[in-house]
Amino acid sequence: MLLECLVHENVECIFGYPGGVTLPLYDAMYDHQIRHVLVRHEQNAVFAAEGYARATGRVGVCCATSGPGATNLVTGLVNALMDSIPVVALTGQVTSKLIGSDAFQEADTFGITRSCTKHNFLVKTVADLPAAIHEAFYIAASGRPGPVLVDIPKDVFQAQAHYTPVDSIHLPGYKVFTEGHTGQIRRAAQMMWEAERPFVYAGGGIIAAGASAELRDLVETLDAPAVNTLMGLGALPSEHPNFISMPGMHGSYAANMGLTECDLLIALGVRFDDRVTGRLVAFAPNARVIHVDIDPAEIGKNRTADLPIVGDVKRVLERINKVLKELEPAEKEKSSAARRDWWKQVREWKSERPLKPEFSDSEIKPQHLMAEIDRLSGGQALITSDVGQHQMWAAQFLRFNEPRLWLNSGGLGSMGFGLPCAIGAQFARPDKLVFSIVGDGGFQMSIPELATIANHALPIKIIVMNNGYLGMVRQWQELFYNNRLSSVELVGFPDPEKLAGAYGFTGRTVEKPSELRSALEAAVKEPGPYLLNVRVSSYENVYPMVPAGGAINEMVFGPPQPVTA
Amino acid sequence: MLQIISLLVENKPGALMRITGVLSARGYNIESLTVARTLDPMLSRMSIVVDVDHTLRAQVIKQMNKLINVLQATDLTDGPAVTREMALVRIRAALNNRTAILKEAEIFGARVVDQSPEGFALEATGDPEKLDEFIAVMQSYGDIDVTRSGTVSVSLEKKKLRLAPPIPRGAGAENGRTKEEEAV
Repeated sequence: MLLECLVHENVECIFGYPGGVTLPLYDAMYDHQIRHVLVRHEQNAVFAAEGYARATGRVGVCCATSGPGATNLVTGLVNALMDSIPVVALTGQVTSKLIGSDAFQEADTFGITRSCTKHNFLVKTVADLPAAIHEAFYIAASGRPGPVLVDIPKDVFQAQAHYTPVDSIHLPGYKVFTEGHTGQIRRAAQMMWEAERPFVYAGGGIIAAGASAELRDLVETLDAPAVNTLMGLGALPSEHPNFISMPGMHGSYAANMGLTECDLLIALGVRFDDRVTGRLVAFAPNARVIHVDIDPAEIGKNRTADLPIVGDVKRVLERINKVLKELEPAEKEKSSAARRDWWKQVREWKSERPLKPEFSDSEIKPQHLMAEIDRLSGGQALITSDVGQHQMWAAQFLRFNEPRLWLNSGGLGSMGFGLPCAIGAQFARPDKLVFSIVGDGGFQMSIPELATIANHALPIKIIVMNNGYLGMVRQWQELFYNNRLSSVELVGFPDPEKLAGAYGFTGRTVEKPSELRSALEAAVKEPGPYLLNVRVSSYENVYPMVPAGGAINEMVFGPPQPVTA
Repeated sequence: MLQIISLLVENKPGALMRITGVLSARGYNIESLTVARTLDPMLSRMSIVVDVDHTLRAQVIKQMNKLINVLQATDLTDGPAVTREMALVRIRAALNNRTAILKEAEIFGARVVDQSPEGFALEATGDPEKLDEFIAVMQSYGDIDVTRSGTVSVSLEKKKLRLAPPIPRGAGAENGRTKEEEAV
C-alpha cells in the first residue's frame, strides 16, 4: 500500500535502514521495483536522500525504524530544513495500541521531529495513509521545499487495503504564492534601471526554483555584478563575466565590498544569513533592497526590504525580465555612466585582492588541492563537501558552471554530510563524476558509509583534505582564543590504503605537491571508488575572513592577525 | 510587550504543539491560550496572549501563517478587536461579610454560581484589567481561589479568509519531473 503510493510519486530509490516495526514494509520491498539502498546509519540515509534531492531537485526519500532509527534522522532533517531541501522521511512507529506505553523502541517521533520538519504526520489508520503520503510529497516539493516526515505504526503497515488513487490534495492552510505582485514587479524593474550601483545577491532559492536561466538573463540585461551565496553556487555560472564570487565571512574582497557599497541590492532567493551579512547594521548600509522570496516569513526577517516580492523566484524573474526589456530603450542610458564607473570600481576590487590559490614546493597547500580538483572538474563535476575549512576553500576555488553541482551542508553546517551526500548524488546522477571533498574530521564521522559505496561500486572520488586538525575550530582557537588548541588535533587517522583495501577498493596517501596532480588523475581514472588522502599544510587558515560580529568590509586577509574578538 | 494573536486552525492532533512550538522555540512566554471549536467543527479558534518584543510581532505572525495547519493568523494587539476574559472566584466569607461581597460582585457584574456555608463561587467576565480589579477587591474579603479562562478575542474588522484550493494531483510536473521525462 505504502509502496503503491510511492510509485505514484515516481519514487525510484529509497535510502534506509530496516528495523522491527518496518519489517512489513521491508517484506513488501523484497520483490518490488523501488530500489532500496541500505546505508550504515540512519543519519546517512537522510544525508543520502538529500544528496539525491540536491543533485536533481526531486524529492529524496529515506526510511528508518521507530525509536533509535527515527531519532537518528533528526540531524539530517534539520539539515534539510535549513537548506530547504525536499525530503520525505518515512519512519516506523510501534503498533497504535502500544503508542504511549514506553514500548520497545518507542519514541515520540511526531513530537521530536515537529521542529525539524516543514510538516509531519502520524498516520493512525491505513485509510489515511495515501492522503498523508501524497500531501507529504506535495508539501516537501512545493513552495519553499523542506523535509516532511510520515510516522507509520506497524499495524498500519500490516493492514491490507487497496490503493485508490487520490485525485486532489486538500490543504486549506497551505498557501504558496508564486506569481509575485504585478505592481511590485514593475517598481522593481524601474528601481533596477534607476540604480547607479546595482548588485545581485542570489542564493539557494535560485537553484531550488530552477531559475538559473532567468537569473542569467537579468544579470545580462542589467549588466550588474552578481554574487552567489554558498547555497547558490552554480546558480550563475562561475565563469560568467558578471560573476564575482561567494560573499560573506569567507567571501572575496570584491564580493563583500560590492555588497557594502552598492546602492541597490537585488536579493533573490536568499535569507540574509549571518554568515553572509556579518554585522547586520553595517550590511549594504546605503542600499535599497529588493527582496524576492517564496517564503513570506523571510521578507524583513533580518533586513527590512524596501521592495518585497513574495513569489517563486523563477516566475518573478521571468516577469521582471519582461518589464526590464520593455523599459530598456527609455531607461538604459540614464545611469549608464554611473554604472560604468561602478563596474570599474568592482573590477579594481577584484584585481586588488583576488582569490588566488597558494602553492608551495614543500607541502600541499589546501588551495593547491582545490585548484587541481577544479582543473579536473572544469566546472562540470558534482562536488559534495563536508563542513569546515575544506568547504570554504572548495567554495572559493572551484568553478560550478551549472546549478546542482555543488552540494554541501550550508545552514546547519553538519559534519559527516559530504560522504553520504555523495552516495545519494551518485545514485541520482550515475553519469556524473562525483568528488566528495571531506576533511579528516568529517570523513571519520562517515567512515561506515564506505561499505555502502563499496557494495554498490559507486565510483565516488573521496578526497580527504587531511590537515590533522579540526581545521576551522583550530583556526578560531588560533585567532580568537590565544592559540590554545583544545581538543582539535586528530591523531590516528587510519591508513587509507588499508582502510579502502578493507572495503575492497583503492586508497592512497599523497604528501608531495609534485605528486598531487598525477594522484588525482589516477583517482579519476579508476573505474570504481577511490579514497585519496591528501596531507596538506596543518596550519593554513581560510582567508579572507570576517571575524564574527564584524562588518563584511572589515575583512582580515591573512596572518599576522591583529584581531580582537 | 503583550501581543494578542487570533488563529484559525485545523482541528487536528499536533496543531497546538506546532503553534506553541513557534513561540517556545524563540523563548517567548505564553501568558494565556484558549482553544475551542468554531462553527465549522473541522476548525478551531485560538486566542493567544504572548510576551513578544514589538519589533518581532510581524515575524511571529508570519511564522504562524507558515504552519500548514494554520488557516489564518492575525495580530489583534492594536487592531479593532474586543477582548474578554472570564474568572471563576471561590471566596470563603464570614457571615458578616456576605452582603458586602454580593454588593461588590454586583458592581462588577459578577454572578453567584454557587453558595455554601463556607462562602460563594462567583463568575465574572470582562476585559483582563477589570478582572484584575475584581480579584483584588475580592481578596480584601478573605481567602480566594481563582481560575481565569485566558483571553478570548474577536476582530471587529472584516478580513477575507484566503484558503488554498484543493490541488489536483497529476496536473503538472510531479516530484520535479516533467511529462516528457515520465514518457521516457
